[in-house]
Amino acid sequence: MRPARRRFVSIVASAAALPWLAGRGAEAAAEALAPLIAKITGGAPVREGRVRLEIPRLADNGHSVPLRVVVDSPMTAYDHVLSITLLSERNPRPLMATFHLGPKCGRPEVATRVRLNGTQRVIAIARLSDGTYWSGTAEVEVTESACLDAT
Amino acid sequence: MLARVQLPRAARRGEAIEIRIAIQHPMETGFRFDLMGRPIPKNVVHTLVARYNGEEIFRAEMGSGIAANPYLRFYALAEASGEITFEWVDDAGNRGAERAAISVTG
Repeated sequence: MRPARRRFVSIVASAAALPWLAGRGAEAAAEALAPLIAKITGGAPVREGRVRLEIPRLADNGHSVPLRVVVDSPMTAYDHVLSITLLSERNPRPLMATFHLGPKCGRPEVATRVRLNGTQRVIAIARLSDGTYWSGTAEVEVTESACLDAT
Repeated sequence: MLARVQLPRAARRGEAIEIRIAIQHPMETGFRFDLMGRPIPKNVVHTLVARYNGEEIFRAEMGSGIAANPYLRFYALAEASGEITFEWVDDAGNRGAERAAISVTG
C-alpha cells in the first residue's frame, strides 16, 4: 500500500473502532464512580429514571457547558426533591456540585454551567423526600477539554 | 465580588418564579500554574445560599467542576412579598451577598 492509502485505511479503521472504545470507556468510568455514588447515597440503591439531564450533545468547549436538570416531582411538602448531585466521569474531581432544594423551590429544576474534561457521560442523582435516589445520565462530546489537568 | 441577580419584581401567590444568579469569580481549579510555574491554589465559590424572607430555600455546594463565573438558575415559590437574599463564600474566605425585592399579589 502507498503511505497515503495506508494512512487513510488506518483512519477509517480507528474511526470504526471509536464508538466501541468509547462505550467501553464509559462503562469503566461508571464503575469507577460507583464508590463515590455509594458514598453520596449511603449505600442506598439508585434507580434510573425520574431525572432528566439536558446537556448539548456536542460541546465545542469544555470550559463552560450549559446543563439543566429536571426531576419528576410535584414539589409538595410531602413529596419533593431534597438534593441534586452532578457527577462527571472524567473530571479530576468527579463531584461537580450538589444543590439542595425543597418544597419552597416550587419547581424541581436547576440549571448551571459546568467544566468537562473531555467526552464523557454526566450523571445527575436526585434524592427525594421519600428517601429514594434516582439518576439520569447524558452523553456529551467535548471537542476541546477544559484545562483541568496540569497542561 | 460582583454578581448579577435576575428575578421578577412581581409575582402571583403560588407561582414558581425563576431566579438567575451569576457571580464574577475565576473558580480556580488548583490544577493550573502561573507564568512562573507556581501552582495557582484552588479557589472556588463553594457554597451559595438563597433565603426568602430569611428562610433558606436553596443551597448550592460547588466544586471546581462548575465553570468560571458560576451561573445558577433555580426557582422559588412566591408566597409573600419581601426579599430574597443570596450569600456565597469562596475557598479564600471571601464573602459576597446580593438581595432582590419581590412583591407578591393575589
